Amino acid sequence: MASDLPLPDSAQTAARPRNPADLFWSFTWLALQGFGGVVAVVQRELVEKKRWMTNEEFLEDWAVAQVMPGPNVVNLSIMIGDRHFGLRGAFAALAGMLSFPLAIALAVALVYAQWASHPAMAGALRGMGAVAAGLIGGMGLKLAAALRTHPLGPWLCAAIAGLTFVGVVWLRVPLYGLLLVVGGAACVLTWRKLAP
Amino acid sequence: MTHAITLQPLDWLHLFLYYLSISLLAVGGAIATAPDMHRFLVDRNAWLTDMQFNASIAIAQAAPGPNVLFIALLGWHVGLNAGGPGAIGWAYGLLGAALCMLGIMLPSATLTWLATRWAHRNRERRAVRAFKQGMAPLVIGLLMAATWVLGRAQGQPTTDGPLWLLTAAAALLVWRTRLHLLWMLGAGALLGVLGWV
Repeated sequence: MASDLPLPDSAQTAARPRNPADLFWSFTWLALQGFGGVVAVVQRELVEKKRWMTNEEFLEDWAVAQVMPGPNVVNLSIMIGDRHFGLRGAFAALAGMLSFPLAIALAVALVYAQWASHPAMAGALRGMGAVAAGLIGGMGLKLAAALRTHPLGPWLCAAIAGLTFVGVVWLRVPLYGLLLVVGGAACVLTWRKLAP
Repeated sequence: MTHAITLQPLDWLHLFLYYLSISLLAVGGAIATAPDMHRFLVDRNAWLTDMQFNASIAIAQAAPGPNVLFIALLGWHVGLNAGGPGAIGWAYGLLGAALCMLGIMLPSATLTWLATRWAHRNRERRAVRAFKQGMAPLVIGLLMAATWVLGRAQGQPTTDGPLWLLTAAAALLVWRTRLHLLWMLGAGALLGVLGWV
């Protein structure tokens, strides 16, 4: 558990969650602040306000959370919870991240169902749906900047991204096929480029 | 709006197994698997309408919390379609939401939990870095594809120009500014209510 991790000097002064219940409510609170994405809120709450971890530790954990399949923020909550209280902590943080937001999302869906046939509601969701699609695209564009320093170079990266796009949009290839063939090739190529 | 369907026990199992099977593929966030869910739920099985699919994602974006909750809402809507109005629909909706969330979370959460400490210690390893960096361009491609698939479900670029303009504007704002996402979703809702898009 916590004892087999390297503890930096700041560990003596750094704050810790008091118990799994503290973890649960802390993650509930930060999940409820996160509209359209929780990452920025996680950094502000856990690093800057609660000081449970340093910025460096946050970056390392975030990298691993992204490597692992599954929602990044959910992965991060499991990792942080496990670090402090083992399996119990992982469950507490995960439950905090999901329980109340899920109840709220279902309540919103119920309200939506009551008004679904109303033209104003249909229009609102049409507009929100278009924006939601754009939010994802904007996130993609933002992340694409990181490819400039990618070991494969920008052109090969663009080709892989383009191939993925065409595979999904026009060829309608199932995801596992794309990940296996295109993703596998990209990983092998990257592995060869990285210095041993 | 109502889209009545009948689900056999085997169909529920199929739904659960589908989410189990794509859980480990959701590298770079669950939203990257949205096009595949659309293929499975809307195109192949017709358990959901296009409108319900998009509403699930829009509601999850508008509500607080991790965006992965859109998967619970997809299950909720499948359940509502199967159960019809009233308490049975709600019960089926909760069943659908629970099955989808359990399916998508169980494998990835277990793997994350098992691999956390190993990856933490081996973050400098060549194989770990190659996997992480090699997947990056693919993830970008998947995000752009998700934009396209979601946008197309709302309307064609040729006939629904203003709608696609709104999508492009939102993408640009996310990319270039730090404007809170909620303002953009609110603006989209307002434009939709006014009938401008």
